[in-house]
Amino acid sequence: MAILDLANPVRFLSLSARILPWIAAAAVVTLAIGFYLAFQAPPDYQQGETVRIMYIHVPFAWLGMFGYSMMAASSIGILVWRHPLADVAHKAAAPVGATFTALCLITGALWGRPMWGTYWVWDARLTSMLVLLLLYLGLMALRAAIDDPNRAGRAAAVLTLVGFINVPIVKFSVDWWNTLHQPASVFRMGGSTIDSSLLWPLLICAVGFTLVFIALHMLGMRTEILRRRVQALEARAAAEALA
Amino acid sequence: MTHFVFIAASYGVSLLALGLLALWLVLDYRSQRRTLSELEARGVGRRRANRTGESE
Repeated sequence: MAILDLANPVRFLSLSARILPWIAAAAVVTLAIGFYLAFQAPPDYQQGETVRIMYIHVPFAWLGMFGYSMMAASSIGILVWRHPLADVAHKAAAPVGATFTALCLITGALWGRPMWGTYWVWDARLTSMLVLLLLYLGLMALRAAIDDPNRAGRAAAVLTLVGFINVPIVKFSVDWWNTLHQPASVFRMGGSTIDSSLLWPLLICAVGFTLVFIALHMLGMRTEILRRRVQALEARAAAEALA
Repeated sequence: MTHFVFIAASYGVSLLALGLLALWLVLDYRSQRRTLSELEARGVGRRRANRTGESE
């Protein structure tokens, strides 16, 4: 059986109903452990106590980019195979990814004020992250503006793939330009520059927030599948009323 | 703790935003499920299934 045959809405609803509660529970437990370790970790020698913000800010940044990358992969599924579950996954990821990206910008601003002396600078990393948020919002607006869901899905998929150029710009902006934002310190050539006493809480928080993202996305996908069934039945009811 | 306000605001805003997102998704899901149940109770899907012999 081809893998695409497994990815149909009925099977997804059945599978997600079974695993969603476990993912949600695992997210709560992992985040509880992560937050405990984050507040037990020593303060950073430069940032002091404000390093606690990094335990949420960094996972939000990763997941903002992860969500958009997932939407780009779904876009290929929409445009090449016209797969209904790819369209559902794409649409459901947008509000979740936008929330994580917005939280990355907000927590970054709240860290920047005491550390840099300002909430915002038009730095390449900050600006490209803001562009990512605008892309998410633009994609949601585009879908809302087109009545035909198939046309809306294809238009959103094209815009997603065009906008995907921004994801490597976000990642490498700190290397390509002279920015106020610090360079990569976890995923970099030569290994992490963060001490393990601070790195482990960060990674555990990242796993916890990833589980939160997956749970919210899965719930959004389930809702979207039901919404499409409702729309199909309402259209059928209207047709039967006319006949 | 130095800069307590900034740390508390970061965690507070994050938990609030994710909580509101989760609440919105749960309410939307329940709303769609309720509407779908009402439509199915009215027999909208069943009439077509009876005509075509489909099992839905």
